[in-house]
Amino acid sequence: MDFKDTPEEAAYRAQVRDWLTANAPKHGFPLDTSKPDYMPRAKVWQAEKAAAGYACITWPKDWGGQGGTPVQNVIYAEEEGPYQTPSALFSIGLGMCLPTVMTVADEATKTRFVGPAMRGEEIWCQLFSEPSGGSDVAAVRTRAVRSDDGSGDWIINGQKVWTTGAQFSDYGIIITRTDPDVPKHKGMTMFWVDMRDPGVEVRPIHQMSGGSKFNEVFITDVRVKDSQRLGAVGDGWKVSLVTLMNERLSVSGVRPPGWPAFLDAARATPEAMQDRALREKLADWYVQAEGLRHTRNRTMTALSKGETPGPESSIGKIVLTDYLHDLSSEAVDMLDQYGIIDDPALSPANAAPQAMWVGNPGLRLAGGTDEILRNIIAERVLGLPGDIRVDKDVAFKDMPRGR
Amino acid sequence: MDFSDTPEEAAYRKAARDWLAAHAPKHNFPVKMHEPDFLPRAKLWQAEKAAAGYACITWPKEWGGQGGTAVQNVIFLQEEQPYDAPVQAFTVGLGMCLPTVMTLSDEETKQRFVGPGIRGEEVWCQLFSEPSGGSDVASVRTRAVRAEDDSGDWIINGQKVWTSGAHHADFGIIITRTDPDAPKHKGMTMFWVDMRDPGVEVRPIHQMSGGSHFNEVFLTEVRVKDSQRLGAVNEGWKASLVTLMNERLTVSGGGHANWGQFLQAAREVVGGDGASALQDRALREKLADWYVQAEGLKHTRNRTMTALSKGETPGPENSIGKLVLTTYVQELANQAVEMMDQYGIIADPALTPLRGVLQAAALSSPGSRLAGGTDEILRNIIAERVLGLPGEIRLDKSVAFKDLPTGR
Amino acid sequence: MNFDFSDDQKFLKAEARKFLEANSPTTRVRTVLNDDATPHDAALWKAVGEQGWLGAAIPEAYGGLGLGHLELCVIAEELGRSLAPIPFASTVYFLAESVMLAGDEAQKADILPRIAAGEVIGALATSEGPGVVGPATVGATVSGGWLSGVKLPVTDGGIADLALVLAKENGQAGLYLVDLNGAGVSRETLTTLDPTRDAAKLTFKDAPAQRLGAAGEGFPLLEQVLDRAAVLLAFEQCGGADRALEMARDYALERYAFGRVIGSYQAIKHKLADMYIKNQVARSNAYYGAWALNTSAPELPVAASAARIAACEAYWYAAKENIETHGGIGFTWEMDCHLYYRRSRQLALVAGAPRVWKERLVSHLERRNAA
Ligand SMILES: Cc1cc2nc3c(=O)[nH]c(=O)nc-3n(C[C@H](O)[C@H](O)[C@H](O)COP(=O)(O)OP(=O)(O)OC[C@H]3O[C@@H](n4cnc5c(N)ncnc54)[C@H](O)[C@@H]3O)c2cc1C
Ligand SMILES: Cc1cc2nc3c(=O)[nH]c(=O)nc-3n(C[C@H](O)[C@H](O)[C@H](O)COP(=O)(O)OP(=O)(O)OC[C@H]3O[C@@H](n4cnc5c(N)ncnc54)[C@H](O)[C@@H]3O)c2cc1C
Repeated sequence: MDFKDTPEEAAYRAQVRDWLTANAPKHGFPLDTSKPDYMPRAKVWQAEKAAAGYACITWPKDWGGQGGTPVQNVIYAEEEGPYQTPSALFSIGLGMCLPTVMTVADEATKTRFVGPAMRGEEIWCQLFSEPSGGSDVAAVRTRAVRSDDGSGDWIINGQKVWTTGAQFSDYGIIITRTDPDVPKHKGMTMFWVDMRDPGVEVRPIHQMSGGSKFNEVFITDVRVKDSQRLGAVGDGWKVSLVTLMNERLSVSGVRPPGWPAFLDAARATPEAMQDRALREKLADWYVQAEGLRHTRNRTMTALSKGETPGPESSIGKIVLTDYLHDLSSEAVDMLDQYGIIDDPALSPANAAPQAMWVGNPGLRLAGGTDEILRNIIAERVLGLPGDIRVDKDVAFKDMPRGR
Repeated sequence: MDFSDTPEEAAYRKAARDWLAAHAPKHNFPVKMHEPDFLPRAKLWQAEKAAAGYACITWPKEWGGQGGTAVQNVIFLQEEQPYDAPVQAFTVGLGMCLPTVMTLSDEETKQRFVGPGIRGEEVWCQLFSEPSGGSDVASVRTRAVRAEDDSGDWIINGQKVWTSGAHHADFGIIITRTDPDAPKHKGMTMFWVDMRDPGVEVRPIHQMSGGSHFNEVFLTEVRVKDSQRLGAVNEGWKASLVTLMNERLTVSGGGHANWGQFLQAAREVVGGDGASALQDRALREKLADWYVQAEGLKHTRNRTMTALSKGETPGPENSIGKLVLTTYVQELANQAVEMMDQYGIIADPALTPLRGVLQAAALSSPGSRLAGGTDEILRNIIAERVLGLPGEIRLDKSVAFKDLPTGR
Repeated sequence: MNFDFSDDQKFLKAEARKFLEANSPTTRVRTVLNDDATPHDAALWKAVGEQGWLGAAIPEAYGGLGLGHLELCVIAEELGRSLAPIPFASTVYFLAESVMLAGDEAQKADILPRIAAGEVIGALATSEGPGVVGPATVGATVSGGWLSGVKLPVTDGGIADLALVLAKENGQAGLYLVDLNGAGVSRETLTTLDPTRDAAKLTFKDAPAQRLGAAGEGFPLLEQVLDRAAVLLAFEQCGGADRALEMARDYALERYAFGRVIGSYQAIKHKLADMYIKNQVARSNAYYGAWALNTSAPELPVAASAARIAACEAYWYAAKENIETHGGIGFTWEMDCHLYYRRSRQLALVAGAPRVWKERLVSHLERRNAA
C-alpha cells in the first residue's frame, strides 16, 4: 500500500505540470460560460491539448491518444483541475459518444470522426432519453424506417428530450426503434446523425436552476445512410450499454466539489464554525468525499495492475449527489436569513452553495437516478434479483404506457 | 382546538387519579419481566383494575368493560403510566386475541373467555408467525386436518415462532392451513388452542437483547374441537386481519426509551472539556429532532382520539406511529451509548447512567422494528392503503399453496 | 380535549382553498417568478384583503374580523399550498402580530386598521449579513428618533410600506417602526433562491423611527413575534409539503417505466411513505403550536419551535423528493416542482434557520426538565 507516485508516475506528473504551466495560464481560465466567446476559446484549448497528446490520454496512439494508463489520466486531471479549464463541452462526446463509435463503427467512420472530436472541432451529444422514458432507455418510440427507394437509407422520425448540449452539437448518437413488433429490447438500432440536418430541430429547455443546458430535439424525416448505423440492426440495446457503461465511468471520475465550498462560506459566519452540530456534519461530508476519492484510488490501482476493478466504483454518483444535497442545504441554512440571497456579488463563496442547491436535483437524475443506481448495485453487485418485469416478452407496440 | 379536558374528561381524570392513588402505590411497582413474581403481581393488579372497571375501558359493559370512550382510555393510561405497572403481560390478549374472539366466536366461547381475560386470570398469546414467514402471514404451513373419527375435531401439527409470552400463556389464537390445494390466502383457518395441551411444547428463544420473551411453539397432534374454530373454515385470512387491525390500534403506552431520559443522561455525562454532554450542540440538535418526533406522535394520537371522540372515523395518520417511534428510539438509544464514549459499552445497570435503560433500548430496538410489522411492511401499508399506490406484483395469488416456491 | 379545528374553521379552509385555486393558480405564481418587474401579485393581494383575511386575527375594535389565530392557521395552510406570491407573512404574522403584542394604543389604532384594510404592506428587517441574528450582529442604530443602518435581506422590503427594524439605541436593542415611503430610506432589489417572493436591501440614513414596546426589550419581543410567526409559517409549510406529496403521488400513478407505473416500485413507494410520515409529524406539531398560539399558552415557545423544526424538515424532504420522483421533467422551469423546492427554503430561512430553533427548543427543555 503506497500513496506516492511510482518513479514513472512522478515523471509523468512533472511533465504534465510543466506543460500546463507553460500553456494553460495564457488562456485566462475560468471562462465565463455565458459569454459568446466561451465556445471558441474552449475549442482552442481542446485543440492545444490534443496537439500535445493530452486530450484523450488513454486512447490508442493510432487514434490520437497517448496509449496512456488510467492512472496517467487521473494524474493529468489532478494537475489540470486547479486551472479550471473548460471540459464540460467535450465530455459527452469524448466520454460517451466517440467510445461508442470507436467500438462499433467501421474504419471510415472512425477515421472521419475521432480526430475532429478530440481536437474539439466537432461536438457531440447523446440522443437517448425520450418523453416516454429516461431510466427505461428501451422505451424509445423514435422510429427509424428503411426508405422504400431501395437506397438502404433510413428515415427517422420522433422526439428526444433532456439532450445536454444539443444546441451546439455537430453530431449525435441516437437510439431508435426499428421493429415495434418484437419485445422492446430487441427492436432498437443506433445511428449517428448530423445535428445540422434541416429535419433536426433543437428547442432549449429552461431548467429549474435557470440555465438551458439541455434540450428537446424534434426529428422529422431525417434521412440517414445505412453507413451511419452503429452496430447491427436490432442491436441498439447492446450498443447503448456500451455508451452507458462509458457514461458511468466518466461521471464517477468527476472530482467532488463540496466541503471546501462549505468551509469557504463558513468563513463569513465565524459563529457557525464554532457550532459543533455543523462541525460534526462537516466531518461527515469530508469522510464521504474522501471515501469517494479513495474508492477511485482503489479502482485506479486495479487498473494500473491490469486487473479488472471491483464494483466499488458504482457507489460514486449516489454518494456524491447525496452528500452535496445535504451539504448545500446546510451551507445555505448556515447563513440564516441571508442564505436566501443567491447573488454571487453578495453571497459568501460567490454563492456557490446556492448554485449547488438549485443544481443538485438535476445531478441526482442525470446519468441514472438514485433509484436506478441503487437497483444496479443491488442487482449487479450484490446479485439480488431484478424487479419483476412485465415488459420483456410483449411486442413493443402492445406495451402499456402512461405519460 | 382545545387541549384542556372537557368538564366530563376532567371529572373522569380525577376519578381515575384518585382511584390510582388509592390502589396503585401498595403494589410497589415496577416489577421486571424476568423477575419470578412478575406474573402473579401483574395478575393481581389487573384483577383490581377489572373490579373497578378500568381493565378494558372501551369494551361494552356487558363484557366487563365500561362502555367508555377512547379518550377516557387514554386518560386512564396517562394517569396509570407514572406508576410503571406491569401491563404488558396482557396487551397481546386484551389488545389482539380477545377482540378477535369477541368478533368471531359464538356466545358461549365469549362467555367463557372474556371475563377471565379481563381480570388477568388467563393470559393469551398470538400464534401467527412461523419459520416460513412473519411478514407474510399467509405463508403458514402449520396444518389443521379434520379428525377421521367424525367428531368434527381438528388435529393440528406444525411450528410457530417468535410467540411473545407463550411461556406464560394459557391460551392462544392460532392460524393454520386447512386447504393446501387452494391459493394461499384461501386455505387458512383460525382456532383458539389450550397452551397446556400436552401436544404444545414451548421453547424459549434467547433474544439478542439477552432476555427470552418470545418462544418457539411446537404443536404435535393437538386435537381441538370444531367449536374452537374462529370464523369459517378457510376464512382464516379474514380472521387474521381482525387481529392485525387491533394490533395496530393498540395504543402503545410508554415504556420505551425517550428524549427525557436522553436529556437526563446527557446532563450526567461530562466530557473531556469538563462540560456536560448536554452542552454539545451536535447532541442538542439531535435531541431537538427526537423531541419533535415524540411530540409529533403524541399529537397525532391526539388527533385520532379527537376524531374517535366525535364519533368520526380517524384519518390514516395513526399508521405512522410504530415506524416513527421505533426509528427514533433506535437512533436515540445508539446516540446515548455513543455519548458515553468508551464507557457506553458497559451494560451493568449499577454502573451506567439511568440504570442502563439506554443500553437496554439499544439492544431491544432492532426487535421493536420487526415485531408487529416490519418497517418495510408498514411503509408498504402507508403507500398502498393511504396513498393509493399499487400493491406489489404478486406471484402467489392464484397458485395452489402446495405449488408455491419456498426458500429458507 | 378537542384536538381539531372546528367545523366553521374547516369550512373557512375549504373556502380559502377554492378561492386560491381560482385566484392563485401556479400560472399566476409564475408571473411573479418570470417577471422581475412584478415583485408580488398585487391583484391577489387586493382580493385577499377583500376576503378579510388580513384582519382575521385583528380585533374588531381595530377593523379586523376578530376571529382567532386558528382561523389564521387554516388560511396560512392554504396560502402555503397555493404558493401565494404575496406579502401575507410579512404583513400579518410579523407586523400585525408585533403591533398587537407590543404596540401602544396609538400605534394599534394607527396601524392595525390599515393592515386589515389592505392599505399597508409590512416587513421585518433584522438581518444585516450572513449568520444568525443576535445582539452582536445589530449594527443599525437609532438616535433621537432617527434610524441609520443597512438591513438585508428584508423579505418584501421592496414593496413594504412599514417596516419593523431591529436596531440599537444607547446600546440597547429595540424594534422600530419605520415608514419606508418616507425620508432617509433607499431600497435595492435582491435576487434570491425564491424569485416568487420579494426581497430587498434597505439602507436607512436618518430615517424617522418609532420604537415598538419598551426600551431594551428588542430581543424578548422579537422572540415572541418569531414564536407566533413560526406556528403560522409551519401551516404554510404543511400546506406546501402536502401539495408536493400529492404531485408526486399523482405522477407516480401515471408515469410508466419498464412497463409498470413507477408508483409500483418500492423505491418510490417507500419514498412517498416517508414523505407522508414527515408531513404528519409536521402537521401534528403544527396543531399543537396552533393551540398554544391561540391560547397564548406558556408552552408556546416549545410548541412553536417543534412546529417549525418539523415543518422545515417535512417541506424540504417533500420538495426535493418530488423532483426526484418526476425525473427529468421535474428539473425543468416549466414544471411546478421547483416552485415548492424554492419556497421550502424561503420559509425555512425567513424566521431563522432550523438550527437556531433547535437550540432554542433544547434550551427550553433543559430548563423545563431541570435536574
Ligand atoms: C441535467 C440533466 C441532463 C441530462 N442529459 C441527458 C443527455 O444528454 N442525453 C440523454 O439522453 N438524457 C439526458 N438526461 C436524461 C436523464 O438520463 C433522465 O432524466 C433520467 O434517466 C431519468 O429518466 P426520466 O426523466 O424519464 O425519469 P423516469 O425514468 O420516468 O423516472 C421517474 C422516477 O421513477 C424512478 N424509477 C424509474 N424506474 C424505476 C425502477 N425500476 N425502480 C425504482 N424507481 C424507478 C426514477 O428513479 C425517478 O425517480 C439528462 C437529465 C438531466 C436532469
Ligand atoms: C420481539 C418480537 C416479538 C414478536 N412477537 C410475536 C408474537 O407474539 N406472535 C407472532 O405471531 N409473531 C411475533 N413476532 C414475529 C413478527 O411478527 C415477525 O418477526 C415479523 O412479522 C417479521 O417476520 P419474519 O421474522 O418472518 O421476517 P420476514 O417476513 O422473513 O422478513 C425479513 C425481511 O424482509 C422484509 N420483507 C418481507 N416482505 C417484504 C415485502 N413485501 N416488501 C419489502 N420487504 C419485505 C421484512 O421487512 C424484513 O426486513 C415477534 C417478533 C419480535 C421481534
